[in-house]
Amino acid sequence: MIGVVNNQIDKNTLELLGKANQMAVKIQTQVCLFIIGSKELKVDHVKDYADLTVLMLSENFGRFSLYPFLINLEKAILKYRPSILLSPATTFGRTIMPALAARLRTGLTADCTDLDVDDKGNLLQTRPAIGGNVMATIITPNHRPQMATVRPRSFSVQPEKREGRVRIEEITELEDSCELIKIEKREPSAQIDQAQIVVSVGKGLRRKENTQIAEKLAQLVSGAVGATRSVVDAKWFSHDHQVGLSGKTVKPKVYIAAGISGAVQHIAGMQTSEIVIAINKDRYAPIFKVADIGLVADAYSTLEQIVKILEDESDA
Amino acid sequence: MKILVLAKQVPDTDKVKIDPLTGTMIREGLDAVINPLDLHALELALCLKETHRAQITVLSMGPMSTEMVLRDTLALGADRAILLSDSAFAGSDTWATSYTLSEAVKKLNIEYDLVICGEKATDGETGQVGVEFAVLLNLPVITYVSRFVSLQNDSIVVERTVEDAYETWKVRLPALISVLRSVSEPRLPTLSGKKMSLSKKVEIYNARDLGLKNNDLGLTGSPTRVVKVYNTKLSRNCQLYMGKDLNQGIQEVVKILKNYKGSVRR
Ligand SMILES: Cc1cc2nc3c(=O)[nH]c(=O)nc-3n(C[C@H](O)[C@H](O)[C@H](O)COP(=O)(O)OP(=O)(O)OC[C@H]3O[C@@H](n4cnc5c(N)ncnc54)[C@H](O)[C@@H]3O)c2cc1C
Repeated sequence: MIGVVNNQIDKNTLELLGKANQMAVKIQTQVCLFIIGSKELKVDHVKDYADLTVLMLSENFGRFSLYPFLINLEKAILKYRPSILLSPATTFGRTIMPALAARLRTGLTADCTDLDVDDKGNLLQTRPAIGGNVMATIITPNHRPQMATVRPRSFSVQPEKREGRVRIEEITELEDSCELIKIEKREPSAQIDQAQIVVSVGKGLRRKENTQIAEKLAQLVSGAVGATRSVVDAKWFSHDHQVGLSGKTVKPKVYIAAGISGAVQHIAGMQTSEIVIAINKDRYAPIFKVADIGLVADAYSTLEQIVKILEDESDA
Repeated sequence: MKILVLAKQVPDTDKVKIDPLTGTMIREGLDAVINPLDLHALELALCLKETHRAQITVLSMGPMSTEMVLRDTLALGADRAILLSDSAFAGSDTWATSYTLSEAVKKLNIEYDLVICGEKATDGETGQVGVEFAVLLNLPVITYVSRFVSLQNDSIVVERTVEDAYETWKVRLPALISVLRSVSEPRLPTLSGKKMSLSKKVEIYNARDLGLKNNDLGLTGSPTRVVKVYNTKLSRNCQLYMGKDLNQGIQEVVKILKNYKGSVRR
């Protein structure tokens, strides 16, 4: 059985279920979704993506706190015994999974960008290694479950109808030594991993003021602005905007890389975009190797021209 | 108040060079430094030393060269530095590392009220050891701590930053927190601190000192195995526009943008 763990039903859950389904077909096993969270969660629209959905809901599970979640999940894992267990590499997944792995004395691979199974049922867990310069594939040959957290946007949502039974587990309540005393909602920060069009900028924009043209273009096409680490380090943008190994992975329909050299660590976060457009004045810049369309030109003035054409047309 | 800081030695990743033929890391001339995020963890401990007279122990597992890195933490103001080093520890994955660290804490009777570690290391980027270590010792955990709010008798208050919110948690001690860069601004070592550290000793222990069995250690004790390392070559066929063709390229881009614009994805 392949298990997917999350504390909410979101796009990350659907992406993992899509991948779990593919792998389940290959090794002829079942997919089980473990949802642990608030009583309000509704599973109707996802329950048919898994053969079995196991619900652990409590009014105390509105916000994640490690031990109450851990104790209940561990119980469910030991009951249903999945051989593979996946969770998104979010703050939730990256906290609960190592805790589970420690309890279950098994292996865990962090932040995978690709998964597969071989015919022996080994989970092939692939992630960037050595500062993103190479990819490494990791297996957990003798311990079960084989556990991995997966970087959001690594897979596309591929719904597939399954039988869709639902089980509700009884919750063990527990005195918690962690107490939530305040919560302040955060503006949904730069949603670069949600946008259809991402306009990313690098050092080739030369000055912070010049990046306004990218914001303008993003606004015109209802997209979002991404950035390289160099320009985040230079404080042109907050870290929320960073695309790449130590930032976010994006998978938009259109990715524009303006004034970006194309370092491996940057490419790691955008290479699965559908159409890649690169603007760089150096025709030998590595970014052109991963682009579909390359404009060998000044980044600022090229973006300016594109904006002008789009504006003129919408005025007309 | 006793604070334990977990630290790791990493290669200076910004300088990593890859052999283009073999895809392996060129280690020659590569400096080892303390994991940058661990410096923020240590700095928070140092601030608490100033305000609450905390005693700081730094614990690390790694090759013998880690001694230099640990000496730097003494120069910054840590009171005690402990290195676990043995060829039997080599090749440890996150489970084996967490196990070895947690056993050392038990066997050496290292006392602590608060454990602080960096959110992740810049080399492996797994961010798993802190949590696994804490769970093996049954300690409460708060990850992604972005701000230290206060220390009260038997508890701490910290702010945690997650995707959709800033959460403020009160946690009973002993506990572990893993911190983000924003918790502190690391200080620089002083000459007098460096001099003072020369008179201090980094304590070094091997597997036998800790009474640990080889089956649980290093590569043997690690549930995971790396089976393949490879270079990615994801290349596309780029249609390049330059010089007098540039305009045509711009028109092409505009066409694509108009085609996809405004279709908001859920
Ligand atoms: C462990 C590790 C993790 C990392 N993680 C990330 C990450 O998550 N994301 C990330 O982006 N980077 C990351 N990096 C950094 C990465 O290696 C690069 O340093 C960075 O991506 C370079 O950013 P850049 O392309 O903006 O700048 P540069 O490399 O300086 O490139 C600027 C480009 O602009 C071009 N240019 C200059 N002037 C103009 C002009 N007028 N018009 C058009 N083009 C022009 C130049 O030809 C050049 O190609 C990481 C590095 C390490 C070691």
